[in-house]
Amino acid sequence: MMRMPDIGPAMPEIVMAVLAMAVLLLDLMVKRKASIALLSILTAGIVAYFVMASSGVTFSGMYIADSYSLFFKLIFLISLVLSILISIRYIELEKLNFGENYRLEKVNFGEYYSLMLFSTLGMMVMASAGDIIVLFLGLELMSLSLYVLAGFFRHDTKSNEASLKYFLLGAFASAFLLYAMSLIYGMTGTTNLNAIAKYIAANGIGHNSVTMLSMMLFVVAFGFKIAAAPFHMWAPDVYEGSPTSITAFMSVGPKAAGFAALGRVFFMAFGDLQIDWAGIIIPIAILTMAVGNILALSQTNIKRMLAYSSIAHAGYALIGIIAGGTEGVASMMNYLFIYAFMNIGAFAIVIMLRTEGFKGEEISDYEGLAKSHPLASALMLIFMFSLTGIPPTAGFVGKFYLFMAAVNAGYTWLAIVAVIFSSISAYFYLRIVMNMYMKEPRQVVKLSTSLATNLALTVTILAVLLIGVLPAGVISMARAAVMGF
Amino acid sequence: MNGGLAYPILSTLIFVPLIGAGLILLLGRTQEKLTKMVALVVSIIVFILSLPLFTEFDKSTHLMQFVEKHQWIPDWNITYSLGIDGISVLFVLLSTLVTILCVLISWNSIKVKLKEFYIALLVMEGAMIGVFSSLDFFLFYLFWEAMLIPMYLLIGVWGGPNRIYAAIKFFLYTLVGSVLMLVGIIVLYFYGGQTFDILELMKKTYPYEMQFWLFWAFFAAFAVKVPMFPVHTWLPDAHTEAPTAGSVILAAVLIKMGAYGFLRFSLPLFPDAANAMIVPMLTLSVIAIIYGAVVCLAQTDLKRLIAYSSVSHMGFVTLGIFALNIQGLEGGILQMLNHGIVTGGLFLSVGVVYDRTHSREIRDYGGLATVLPLYAAFFMVFTLASIGLPGMNGFIGEFLIILGGFTASKWAGVLSALGIIIGAGYMLWLYQRVFFMETNQKLIGLQEMDTREIITLLPMVILIFWIGVYPDTFLSFMHPSVEHLLQRLHSGGQEMTAVAKIMEIIK
Repeated sequence: MMRMPDIGPAMPEIVMAVLAMAVLLLDLMVKRKASIALLSILTAGIVAYFVMASSGVTFSGMYIADSYSLFFKLIFLISLVLSILISIRYIELEKLNFGENYRLEKVNFGEYYSLMLFSTLGMMVMASAGDIIVLFLGLELMSLSLYVLAGFFRHDTKSNEASLKYFLLGAFASAFLLYAMSLIYGMTGTTNLNAIAKYIAANGIGHNSVTMLSMMLFVVAFGFKIAAAPFHMWAPDVYEGSPTSITAFMSVGPKAAGFAALGRVFFMAFGDLQIDWAGIIIPIAILTMAVGNILALSQTNIKRMLAYSSIAHAGYALIGIIAGGTEGVASMMNYLFIYAFMNIGAFAIVIMLRTEGFKGEEISDYEGLAKSHPLASALMLIFMFSLTGIPPTAGFVGKFYLFMAAVNAGYTWLAIVAVIFSSISAYFYLRIVMNMYMKEPRQVVKLSTSLATNLALTVTILAVLLIGVLPAGVISMARAAVMGF
Repeated sequence: MNGGLAYPILSTLIFVPLIGAGLILLLGRTQEKLTKMVALVVSIIVFILSLPLFTEFDKSTHLMQFVEKHQWIPDWNITYSLGIDGISVLFVLLSTLVTILCVLISWNSIKVKLKEFYIALLVMEGAMIGVFSSLDFFLFYLFWEAMLIPMYLLIGVWGGPNRIYAAIKFFLYTLVGSVLMLVGIIVLYFYGGQTFDILELMKKTYPYEMQFWLFWAFFAAFAVKVPMFPVHTWLPDAHTEAPTAGSVILAAVLIKMGAYGFLRFSLPLFPDAANAMIVPMLTLSVIAIIYGAVVCLAQTDLKRLIAYSSVSHMGFVTLGIFALNIQGLEGGILQMLNHGIVTGGLFLSVGVVYDRTHSREIRDYGGLATVLPLYAAFFMVFTLASIGLPGMNGFIGEFLIILGGFTASKWAGVLSALGIIIGAGYMLWLYQRVFFMETNQKLIGLQEMDTREIITLLPMVILIFWIGVYPDTFLSFMHPSVEHLLQRLHSGGQEMTAVAKIMEIIK
């Protein structure tokens, strides 16, 4: 008789799956979508409790719940809650008028929240994957949910385009991932990450061309997911076309999940071959920082600009992977944690500009915002400075840790490259500040505020400022998370 | 040693302005009078609180005083440590004094976004004091960069017609330099045994190769700030376009931080590299002196002229510092203080007259002495101090610097003396064009200075004469610290070579 695997460590995912399906069913009965949002946040809270309470390896090593996955799951849940908070008012506003022959129809947002929950579930599975098949499972679950979410405004051409682009390119990247996985399975005869590492070490096939090809294909596949150059082309269009709340969610969650998976595969399976895959990732990191920062300079749409900024930030986080070791991985995790707060905070302000009949997505819409809405402008100022990496904000602490790890690992030149690109980024982040504070308003801009958005803003701004001044807690947390890795 | 004070004075000086800024944040947008009063009261309180630094300072030791040290980020061995010595104490006092004057001079000239203006000003004060008193590299860097935000806003929001360009230029220039310094700091951290503590790092010796690269990394940040030729081009735009208070803070305090950085970090940490780099440094200083002065002769904009004169004067400062002898160093530090007072005074004066005419063009002036005689007298004092007339502070500083410069390199001494002559040229010519000659039609009927403006300019005038006639009050602060610095400079390398010689003999 088969022994029942210990489901204790997997409880968070099981709970999440059950509750997500419950939310999906409840949506049929509950009319007020805000209640569904509240239930989703509650779900996230319950799952968070289970995440803290569960640890261990189960399903014959296919599923690992350790401090590494715990840290990432926290990032996912935080980004989930914050994204839900900023979605509530935003999607209420989305009355879509599609021509005078049709009546105004509210897009049915029933599945919105449950899709977000399923996507987070996929991310959590990715972070806990000890086996490349499980990794693929999580990745697909996350991505498929996001493809739908990207196209949620089904009467908006841009949204449809975003969803289709994301789907096509994502499917392509998944194919690369499967090819990489099949190659490494063919070489080692196992799909378990630890077993792969043992086989490679025992049989000395580390520098075999097939193994190298497999590593490169893994880099391609994960590079797509985290929007690293030259696999970044989908990001600006998808970010621009998707509903802004989904853009916010997409810019943090899947990126962090991609990094979690990258860390698992490269540090566990290919741990001994660090010199080889670092050699592949270094040019990608530099190219990513270059593309992200330089192309953002000429953008006029803020969502597109934030997409390129997202690409650049992925480049910075890759430095942590390149540096390797405890410090490198800890710095990468720390950076993603901080990035979640500052990025969603910035998107929260972007969402606030969306009012009836006014999209507010152009950078020129921010002109003179400081005059009419000083508080929102001040918050945006802090988020922009944090994204640039100016003390005393959290963004600086994140970048500082990355540079420390890089210098410690002997990559001082890479740190210099990163700081130069970081200073280039100041220009386009400050362009927003400049528009808000130093130009005259061309039109009256109203902000759509709500309790939920205000709550999200409070949490993110407090996080950005407190972590900037008192980062000791987050840093020790990141370090501790890597200890057991 | 805490100088016998019962409370952490330096933290108080940093955080009281920040609390004041927080208070102003809570005030209503329409309570303009109250906002200005709060800003003024807070800045006066901070100044009074900083006076014990002047009176209780122990002038017999080079060690850090009023020291505070707390654990901050144990994972990285970062501590919140503050302290001042003979080199930094005078600049803390200058910062607190200048902030009061900035609040006063902006009383009537800032009309929009008043709240944000005074918040930015007070946050700047806290950051400035933080830079001068930090004894931990992370903390120092935090304050150094944090200053950029309010300064960027000060120039960009309340500045002149070309302010957006000037603000972003200032920001980007300073940022690029600073981040290169950041990489240098991180390299130093790992080499020096994983500590950010400045005093501990100063006790270690570093291999020459590393010293050389780190010297230039730190140079990137400090040279932009000073500003040295050729990275000085942000200064004329920033000074000209900034509102009066912004120009005063920039000229009086911010650019001193670059020179302070050289004194506090580059010289003691990299003594061998500093000794080896004397020639390029002196060359750049002399170029700044003469180039800055000659360009002044061609200026038609009042503030731009004074901005370029800043480049020239700071060239004197770096000349003094890199002469690496006692006269040069003390002259350099004193001249930093003097320049802050004199150029601060000059910008304050321009602010006075700009409030009335809203023009910075020299051709819109002429014969101002007949219309505003009291103002002309004040401006005359600042002009003569800028030239370096004996009896005023500029003379002492320049004399010491040229003495030190001549000892280090005869050419540097001679050329810098030439710079003084050109300095006299442009300043006196400026004075003639603005105050003497035929009275310009646009100036008839202008109001004389009122009490507020007199109170703003008076402290500068008093300091000019005080330092000029009896400089020892201020020079006495510096002696032990500068001597200790010189010891480090001249023996830091020799220790290495002595050990090397012994090793050779043993072999």
